[in-house]
Parts: sequence; structure tokens; C-alpha cells
Amino acid sequence: MSDATSLIFGRLGWDALPFWSMLDDHSAMSIINGVIATGAAGMVVLGILAAIVLVTWLGKWKYLWSKWLTSPDHKKIGIMFIVIALVMLSRAIIEAVFMRAQQAVGLDGGFLTAEHFGELFTTHGTIMIFFMAMPFLTGIINYVMPLQIGARDLSFPVMNQISLGLTAAGAALTMISLVLAPFSTGGWTGYPPFTELSYNPGAGVDYWLWAVTLSTLSSTLTGINFAVTIFKKRAPGMTLFRMPLFTWTALCTAILMIFGMPPLTVATGLLALDRYLDFHMFTTDLGGNMMNYVNLLWAFGHPEVYILILPPFGIFSEIFATFSGKRIYGYKILVIATMCIAILSFTVWLHHFFTMGQSAHINAAFGIATMLIGIPTGVKVYDWMLTMYRGRIRLSVPMVYAIGFIMLFVLGGMTGIILATPSVDYQVHNSLFLIAHFHNMLIPGLLFGMLSATNFWFPKAFGFRLEERWGYRAAFCWIIGFMLAFFPLYVLGLMGMPRRSVAYFEPQYVPWMITAGIGALVILAALLCLLIQLWVSIRDRHANNVFAGDPWDGRTLEWGISSPPPEYNFPVIPEIYSIDAFMTEKDRGQGWQAPDRYDDIEMPANSAMGVIIGITGLAMAFGLTWYMWWLVIGAGLVTLVAVIARGFGRTTTRTIAACEVQRTHEHWLEQVRLTHPIDRSLEQTTSNHGRPVPPIEGAVQ
Amino acid sequence: MSSGNTRALEGNSRHPGLNLGPAHAQEEDTREEMVFGFWVFMMSDLILFGLLFATYVTMLGGTAGGPGPKELFELKSAFIQTMILLVSSVTFGMASLALKYREDKARLVVWLLVTLALGLAFLFFELKDFHSMFDKGGVPSRSGYLSAFFSLVPLHGLHVTGACIWLVALLGQMAVHGLDAPVKTGILRLAILWHFLDIVWIGIFSLVYLGGLS
Repeated sequence: MSDATSLIFGRLGWDALPFWSMLDDHSAMSIINGVIATGAAGMVVLGILAAIVLVTWLGKWKYLWSKWLTSPDHKKIGIMFIVIALVMLSRAIIEAVFMRAQQAVGLDGGFLTAEHFGELFTTHGTIMIFFMAMPFLTGIINYVMPLQIGARDLSFPVMNQISLGLTAAGAALTMISLVLAPFSTGGWTGYPPFTELSYNPGAGVDYWLWAVTLSTLSSTLTGINFAVTIFKKRAPGMTLFRMPLFTWTALCTAILMIFGMPPLTVATGLLALDRYLDFHMFTTDLGGNMMNYVNLLWAFGHPEVYILILPPFGIFSEIFATFSGKRIYGYKILVIATMCIAILSFTVWLHHFFTMGQSAHINAAFGIATMLIGIPTGVKVYDWMLTMYRGRIRLSVPMVYAIGFIMLFVLGGMTGIILATPSVDYQVHNSLFLIAHFHNMLIPGLLFGMLSATNFWFPKAFGFRLEERWGYRAAFCWIIGFMLAFFPLYVLGLMGMPRRSVAYFEPQYVPWMITAGIGALVILAALLCLLIQLWVSIRDRHANNVFAGDPWDGRTLEWGISSPPPEYNFPVIPEIYSIDAFMTEKDRGQGWQAPDRYDDIEMPANSAMGVIIGITGLAMAFGLTWYMWWLVIGAGLVTLVAVIARGFGRTTTRTIAACEVQRTHEHWLEQVRLTHPIDRSLEQTTSNHGRPVPPIEGAVQ
Repeated sequence: MSSGNTRALEGNSRHPGLNLGPAHAQEEDTREEMVFGFWVFMMSDLILFGLLFATYVTMLGGTAGGPGPKELFELKSAFIQTMILLVSSVTFGMASLALKYREDKARLVVWLLVTLALGLAFLFFELKDFHSMFDKGGVPSRSGYLSAFFSLVPLHGLHVTGACIWLVALLGQMAVHGLDAPVKTGILRLAILWHFLDIVWIGIFSLVYLGGLS
């Protein structure tokens, strides 16, 4: 390579293309893996081209730019976060299916190379945590939390855009790594010394490093934004103990993000110094200490577990109350339990490495701390069950996910207590038992939570219900698929099969592996059901219209406005007198009222900052990965100039006239009056247009 | 105009630290969130430094036969840097008081410029220190201990650099827009960062320099 090309392209060469090695090496294994990798890269390229063609064909570039990409509206940013999450979810599920397929036929070999398998489990884990789970829950909190506290937007709308831009950049980087390979093979945790330059000189670890760093920065900013919003922008009268439980869990998650993300920034930052500037933080020689990395990573990693699980706890709390037609049981205890979990989550990180040589006393202390978390979690489970007790339960789609969650999550919790015992952990650590355990927490916990939240709040966001038939099919496929795919892994773990094995030599594993493989196919079917559900719902959107805004006889503020809500959310900021504020209003016959007077509303103005920071962030990360220093410096300068220039701007808000607010609001009220109120038993039929009968006429509180 | 930010109007939700007071009512009420948000960011940043301090301490033994603190550090230079930074905190305090109590910009600008000069002087001495460490073979690639040093101390320096750039940007904003609400809250937030960096430096001076030379 000449000097000029290496100046421009760094170390990026033709061999980064996924089919390159196939051209040199004609063995069957190389060709199979090359074809799979090329197929994946082709899907990425085709997907991008299809998106560009579609937007151009519809002539929607301007609409996309001014109504979505530069919009500071928390609702639109939330939806865009969820779109990223769904795209990445699809990719990571397909990767999981490939891994299951490999292991189903992995006795003495299989069809994937060890390198390819390593990339698969690394991207699967990295994507599921940082580019599926985090954007999904960030998106849902973004959409719902300001509505629940009676706010018009987050405290820092432009910072919210920047968070979105950074997450999008990280996700894009992992997608680019399919086309310009390879990705890291170091697992989502990226332990050194394996990820150090001396053992792993290629671009793979650097892709992983910068994708994760972008996501971490995004989540830190998001956490600050959520916490400040909840502390400062609640409607008058909404004291902390009148906040909906979902908002409470959003607050705890935000606090965990603020304090839990910096350790990962430090860990990846120091690893980057090792790899780029020849530092010796975690190397095996010259006084480096790799245990520091493990401690730093899990000082992030364990709070992260609760960042992921607390929002679903809040979501399920809303869903159990709504679909049992009852006030949540033990509101204050649930709040206290949430806070206890948030605090305890910082005291248990060492249980991720019981076997790494510290003394038995230290292990015992962390084992006990770990088991303690079971107590507030158990309190929550009982509270949810007691909420359902003597309620009029409607088995809607969100409720199916919620009940599946309770059953399976308790099982996962039990295996967690088993793993928390250091002596047992010595036997099963690093085995498939662990994989089964944390998937048992994350799929029924996090993913079911996100999917039930999608079914629950989708009508609020888009003005029509998601179709239920395909919703049930998806939910049952998820529950059954999960059980088939992961319960065998408990057995395999106890039989001694290590995690991340590309092949094995023990015939007894095979039946369990095949069962797990079938489970993976059922999960793939669940993904298809979700897509069909979305398609069918959009097709039938007129029949399932819920413009009036309250399809589930909801309890909290967000159900008291139109679906979809106007960009300013509330024509007049509501005043709050109790928990379940909207249910109280309906109870008193005070729902759907016109205010005495309307005021002008000041909203944040559109801004391109999120797009700019997203693009420069991606350019810097890509440049760092491939050693294109000009790109890193250029993008860095653009970022600096953009941030400084933004400081000089003064028109950061725009005003919506009172008369326009009045017109919109009165149009909606008129529609609500024209909507026929329905009984809860009819809520899954096309007669549900978003207005329930008043509580007096038949519903239990 | 309903801003939707009703709680900020209540007196008890004021952010900690220097508030501008009733003379600046509008800035106080509409920008409360900005300053509070910055405090929260500082907490997050403090975790960063806290972890790097902890990592540094665990790496003290990792000199791998290379030069250690006694060979590399000069107490005089570190002491000069400490004094410069402490004085700059005082001058920023004077700038904050000028912002709160004075109508005219002149005094505020002078104090900010003095602070900027002190910040740059600090950076000069710090770089000079690094240079002399490099000359004595104290480069980060030499040992784990030196890696830990160069991941902690220059990060503080980078923060100071960022704060200086921000200060210049704020002076520029003041020249263009005058002393309006965004500039005022900008100065309030920069003040928090500046004092924060001072506190972090006291940690570095005590733990890294005094601890290393004792």
C-alpha cells in the first residue's frame, strides 16, 4: 500500500470485505462462512439502499428532516430510539439463531469457524445490551415519562437529540462492521488481555470499543436529562409520592445511568489508551493489571442490570393496575423496593467474578449482598400478585406478557440465588447455566417489559391499537420459544458445557442443543409475528382508531390527552391531587374538560445538533477504528465548532399561539364527545375508539 | 407565557451554590434546570475521577523497574500549579460576585480574563512538568504505574483546557449578545466546573504528588 492511500484509508484495505478471504481460501468451511458474512453485509447494503429509494420515491426527505431528524420533541425522539432498537433486535435475533444452529450441529465441528462464532456472540451481546435494550427503554421512558408527570418536554431537548445521535452512531458502527469486517471476538465484556493490541491487533476490538463508548456517552446524557426532568418539571401538585410507578422506576434508572455509566467510560477509555498510545493499564507485562478492567467493567455492569430491569418493573406495575382495574397494591412499598434495588445494585459487582482469586470472606460478603436484592424484588412480585387479586383481570396482550414475566422471572431469580452462592458458582461459572440465568432475567424481564409497553402505549403514540390476534401469537411464541431455547441450557450448564463454545465432543449434549435450536426458531417466529402484527395494525388503522386517547381505561395523565398527543402534550399544565391522576378526574366526572383560558406555549425550536453530533461521532469512531487520523481530527473540529456555535444562537424556542392551541384542543374535545363510550369488555373490538364508560357505570376501581 | 416549569418558581427548589438572587429574577427562574443539570453532570464526572484515583492507587506498585514518583516529581512545580489553580478559583469567585452585584460588565470581564490567564499558566506549568518527566524516561508506555499517572493527571488538564475554551466562548457570546440570560447561566455553570476542577486538583496534589514524594 502506498503512503498516500494509507494516509487516506489508514489500515482499511480490500481484505476488510467479507468475501475477501473466501477468494484466497477455497476450503468448504471458508466458503460457507464467507457466504454467510457476505449475505449479512448484503442485507445491510440493500437495507440502506432500499430505505434511500423509498424515502426518495415518496418524496419525504424534507419531511424526514424537519419533522423527525431535527425535531426536539421527546415523543418523536422516543419513537426513533425504539426504531433503532427494533432494527438491532432483528439483527441480534438472527445472530442468535445462527449460534443455536451452529451448536445444534456442533458435535465435533459444525459449519461456523471459531472466528465467525466469536464475532457472532460478541455482536449479539453488544447489540442486545447497548443497541437493543438501552435504546428501547430510553425510547419508552422518553415517550411516556414527560406525559406522566404533566411536562411538555424533557429539561434538555437538544441534549436528548444528541443522545439519540450518539446511540444511532454506535448502532451504525456495528452495522458498518458487517460490511467492513471484522468485529471483535472478545465477547460483549471485552476482557483484556485478549482485547489488548498484542493479542488482537485487528480492527475488530476497536469497532467494539468505540461503538460501546458512543452508547455509554449517550446513556450518561440521557440519565442526566431524565433525572433533571423528573426533579424539575413535574406538574404542580405532583409530589414525588404522587408520581406513577413507571416514572419512579425511570428516576431510579436515570440515577443508575448517571453513576453507573462512568465506570464503563473509564474501562473502555483506558483500554483505548492501551491500544492506541501504548499504555500498560491492563497488559500482561510492565505492571499492567487486568483485574482493574474487570472491576471497572462490572462496577458498570451490575448497575446496568438494574438499569435494564427497573423500567420493565415500572411498566408491569402500570399494566397490572390498568388491566386488573385496580389501584396498584402497596404503592409506597413498591417505591421503597425500587430505591433499595437501585442502591443495592452498586454493592454486588464482585459476584460476576467469584472465581478470580479474592478471599472467601470477600466472596461471602458479596454473595450475601447479592441475595439481599432478592428481598425487594420478592416484595414487588407479591405486590403485583396482590394487585391482580380480586381484580377484574382482562387478559390483553400486555397482560399476557406480564403474567409470563412473573412466572418466568421468578424462576430466573431462583437460579440467580443459586449463582449467588460462591461455592455453587465455582461449579457452574462460565457455563451455559449462567447464560440460561441471565437470559431468563433479560428476556422475560426486559424484553417482555418492552414488548408489553409497546402494545400498551402504541395507541397513545400513533392513535390506533395494535392488532391483538397477532399480538397474542407473538407473545405466546416468545414465552414458549424462550422456555424451549433456554431451559435446556440450564441442564447443559450443569452437565458442564462451557459458554461460548463453537463445538463440543460430548454426544449427550446433542438432544438438549437441538431442543434449544427449535426454541430459537420459535423465537424467530415470534419476531415475524411482531412484524406481521405491525403490518396488520397499520392496514386496519382506521377501524382501530383511538383518537379520543383512552383505550384501556387508563389511570395516569398520559391517557387524558389525545392520541397521538399534540406536540406540546398539554394545552394547559394540569394540577395533580392524587396518584392515578386521570382516574381520579374520571371518577369525579372531570375528565375531558376545556380550560378557562389558553396561553401561548413556548416550545423548543428544531435543531440539527443531534444529527451533526451523530455524524461526527460516527466519523470519529470509524476513523479511530481504521486509523484514518484526518477523519478523526476533522470530525473532532467540526464537533467543537458546532458546540461553540450553538452557544452563540439565541432563538432556541418558538411560540405556538393560544388560538391554535384552543382550536386543536376543542376539535379533540368535540371528537371525544362524539365517541361512543365502551365497556372494558369491548376494549379489544373495533368499537373501542378510546373512550371508556365512566367508572360509576360498572367498573371496579 | 406558561413555561411548564412551575416548581422552579418555588423558593425551595433553588440549586446549591451561588444563586444570582432577586435582581436577576428571570434568569433564575427559567434557567434553574440548566444549573441543576450541570450539578448532576458534575456528580457523574466525579465518578470518573474517583475511579481513576482508585485505579491509580492500585497501580502504585506497578513501576516495573521504571522510574517512580521520587525520581519524576518536583514538589516545587506541583506547588506552583496548586497555588495558581487555587488563586484562579478565588478570581472566578470575584467574577461571580461581580456578576451578581454589579451592573457593569467591565469588572466581570477583567476577573474572567485574570482567571483565564491563570488557567493557561496552570496548563503551561503542567505541560512543562510532563516534558521534564518525559526527559527522565517517565513515559506512559514505560510502566503500569506511569500509565495510571498519565490517565489521571492529564485528564484533569484536558478538563482545564475545555474550561478555558468555554470561558473564551462565553466572552465571545458576551461581546455579541451582551450580558443576557444564557451568558449569565453559562458563567454560573462554568464556575461550578472551575471550582470542581480545583477540588479534583487538591486530590491530585495530595494523593499523587505529596503521597508520592512522602
